[in-house]
Amino acid sequence: MEEVKHAPHPNYIAVFIALGVLTGLELFIAFLPWSQMTRVLILIGLAVWKAVMVALYYMHLRFEPQRLRWLAVAPLPLAVILVFIVTREFRW
Amino acid sequence: MAHAGALHDEDVMLPPPGREPGAGVYNEKLGMWVFLGSEIMFFTALIGTYIILRVAHPTAWKAPGEVLAVPITAINTFLLICSSVTMVKAFAAVQDGNLSGLRKWLIATVLIGSTFVGVQVYEYRHLIEKGFVPSEGLYGSTFYTMTGFHGFHVTIGVICLIFVTWRAFQGRYSAKDYRGVEVIGLYWHFVDLVWIILFTIVYLI
Repeated sequence: MEEVKHAPHPNYIAVFIALGVLTGLELFIAFLPWSQMTRVLILIGLAVWKAVMVALYYMHLRFEPQRLRWLAVAPLPLAVILVFIVTREFRW
Repeated sequence: MAHAGALHDEDVMLPPPGREPGAGVYNEKLGMWVFLGSEIMFFTALIGTYIILRVAHPTAWKAPGEVLAVPITAINTFLLICSSVTMVKAFAAVQDGNLSGLRKWLIATVLIGSTFVGVQVYEYRHLIEKGFVPSEGLYGSTFYTMTGFHGFHVTIGVICLIFVTWRAFQGRYSAKDYRGVEVIGLYWHFVDLVWIILFTIVYLI
């Protein structure tokens, strides 16, 4: 492997604190007497936010070449198609 | 045969240098990302099925905290987030040539990851003693399938991390070559990322 000049490290501890705070917020919201739909939307939004932070900063997607970023997000539309097809097939 | 000689000098199986950079990363990392792409599809199949079943049979599920122990799992979630930061600190250490830091952070990641698996086993024992078993119905079967597969991934990750730690103690990694650390790090963060989603949809919703 050739020696690679890497960019300065992101502030990993700040990301860690943000993940911890968002997890605490999730726990708080999960037991609030709000409507089910409101809680579900907020909780899924927070979970996606946390997941994106992990991908961008801990998995370094933010600093990777554009082609690798495309490779990483390519399965997501396929996943949506998968869920859509299963939903259409399901009879209830 | 002059043509054959030209082929010998310039291998036709390789792209001309400088013209086709590929994904711009080394092979092991590209391979891990392709593997993670397949893992995204795998977990999406599980999560998608869970969502569909849950929407179709809303009464089969209990309210958050009614059956599942949210506090202990919240601690476990925090542990996995901690293990992600120790893993990325190990990666940063080897990039900077700090090999003692690499070993220290890797050991921390192995210990925290192992604790996560241990707490999950404890949680399973506790739930099974309460009668919440995989054959309990949709709730039980989907819960154990999703968390079980995730736990299996964490266990594989811990085993791979032990191997990488052992190699780190042998001095196999340096600021010039840290492929093994980066590749296992990608896997480990992906496992953390999946748990972030699972914790929300299985325990909190």
